Amino acid sequence: METPRSNELAQFIQAAACLLDLPIEPAWKDAVKGHLEVTLRLAASFTEFPLPDEAEPAPVFVA
Amino acid sequence: MDTGWSHAADIAAAVREGRVSATVVATDTIARIARLNPAINAFTDILKERALAKAQAIDHTRSQAGSLGPLAGVPFAVKNLFDIAGLPTLAGSKINRERAPATRDAAAVRRLEAAGAVLVGALNMGEYAYDFTGENVHYGDCRNPHDLARMPGGSSSGSGAAVAGGLVPLSLGSDTNGSIRVPSSFCGIFGLKPTYGRLSRAGTFPFVASLDHVGPLARSARDLALAYDAMQGPDADDPVCADRPVERVTPLLGQGIGGLRIALAGGYFRVGVFPELRTALARIAAALSVKAEIEFPEAQRARAAAYVITASEGAAVHLDPLRRRGRDFDPAVRDRLIAGAMIPGAVVAKAQKFRRWYRAHVLEMFEHWDAVLAPATPCSAPALGQQTFVLDKVEMALRPNIGIYTQPISFVGLPVVAVPVAVDPLPVAVQIIAAPWREDIALRIAHALERTGVATAPRPPLE
Repeated sequence: METPRSNELAQFIQAAACLLDLPIEPAWKDAVKGHLEVTLRLAASFTEFPLPDEAEPAPVFVA
Repeated sequence: MDTGWSHAADIAAAVREGRVSATVVATDTIARIARLNPAINAFTDILKERALAKAQAIDHTRSQAGSLGPLAGVPFAVKNLFDIAGLPTLAGSKINRERAPATRDAAAVRRLEAAGAVLVGALNMGEYAYDFTGENVHYGDCRNPHDLARMPGGSSSGSGAAVAGGLVPLSLGSDTNGSIRVPSSFCGIFGLKPTYGRLSRAGTFPFVASLDHVGPLARSARDLALAYDAMQGPDADDPVCADRPVERVTPLLGQGIGGLRIALAGGYFRVGVFPELRTALARIAAALSVKAEIEFPEAQRARAAAYVITASEGAAVHLDPLRRRGRDFDPAVRDRLIAGAMIPGAVVAKAQKFRRWYRAHVLEMFEHWDAVLAPATPCSAPALGQQTFVLDKVEMALRPNIGIYTQPISFVGLPVVAVPVAVDPLPVAVQIIAAPWREDIALRIAHALERTGVATAPRPPLE
C-alpha cells in the first residue's frame, strides 16, 4: 500500500523520466524510488539549515 | 631483495645503488601479478612489454651513469579511470570499453614515470567510482587479500588490493567521498587523499567534478610522500589544480610530531563505530597522547550535502548513456544515477551554499588544532555480497553507508592520510585529517606512528 507521499514520489519520477527522456524499466522503478527517497530525506537535513540570503555557494567561477 | 613486500623507497634505493636492476624488479612483479591476480582480481590490464621497456631504459641510464629519479624502478599500477596511452579508459564500466584508446597517459602517471616509476598495469574499480565495496558486475569482484571472501573496499578496489597483496608497492586511486580511504581501511594499507586541487586530475575519467581527488596508496607513509612529491605542481589541463609551488614533504618526515595539537573527532564520528575501529582509534590516540575530543560542526548535514552533490553531478556525467543504454550499467550504479538526475537544482545549489558555510567553520576549528583523528570506515571489511549492516542499532544499506566518516571530510577537500592498524578480525584504518594544504602534517604523524609500530600494513598469507 503506497502512502500519499510515496505515490507522489512515484508520479514525480514518472514525470521527470518523461521530461528528461530517461527510460526506466519496470524492474528498476522500486530501486530508483528508494534512492530518490533517501536522497531527498538527506537533502532536507541541509535545506532546512538556516543560511543568509547572501550566502555564496562553494564553487567560484573565475572569468 | 623481497620485491613482493619491499617498500617503494627501498626498491628505488636498491636500483639506484645497483643492488638490483629495474628489469629484475619489473620481471618479478609481472610474474607475481600473474601468480596472485587470478585469486584477487585486482588487475584489468597487465602491461608487461611497456613495463619491461621502461625498466630496461632505467637500467641503461644507470649503466651510463645518468641520474635516476626518487622512484627509480618502482612498479606501480593505477585505477582504470586513469588514462593509459593505448588503452580505453574503462572507469570500471562495460560502456567505456568502446571508447577510443587514450592517446596520452594521465598527468599523474606521467609525473610518476618521470620520477622513475614503472607502470605495470590498470586496476579494477567500482563502476564509474560510485562504489565503496569493490564489487563489479562487468569485470568480477575484486577480493580482499586478507580474506578472499571479503570486500577490498571501493571504489579504488584494485588499488587497495594490489598494494595489500604485495602485487605492487604503490598504486594510484581516486577519492570523491572516500574511495582511497575506504580501501585503505579494508585492506590495511596507507592511503593519501590530498587537499582538493593539490594533484592534477587531468587524464582521469570524472565522477563528481566538485569533489574528485586523486592520490597514492602504499604500504608506508614514506612511499606515500615520495609519490605525492613526484605528482605535485600546477597543471593547466586541470582547472581545479591549484597554482601552488611544489611543497615537498619527504624531507620533512623526520621532523617528528612534537608540538602538534591533535584531537579526536567526537560526536558524529563516534556513533556507529564497530569495536575493531574503536580499538584502532584508541591505539592511535594513546600512541599520540591524544585526549581532547572535538566536533566537526554539522558533520551529519555535511555528509548529506556531499551525498546530494555526488548524486546530481554524477548523474550529469552519465545522462546520455543512461538514456540510451541503461541495461549496460551495473544496476546498483544505474539506479542511483537515475535518481540523481531527478534531484531539483535548487537543492543542489543549497548543498553548495552549505558547503561554504561548513568550510568556514571547519577552517575555524583548524585554527586551534593541527590534526584530527577519525575512523576511516565504521567496520572492517564485510563479506562480498553483504547488503546491509547494523549501524548504531539500525539495519542500514551497506553500499552507501560505508563512507559516512569519510564524506564529511572530502566534502571540504581536507587532506587525509589513512593509517592502517592491525586489529582483529581484519586490519582497519584511522583518518589523520589536517587543514587544507597541510599534507605535511598528516604525513609526519603517519610516519611517526609507523616508526612506533602502531601503524603498520600487515602482510596477508597469500604465498
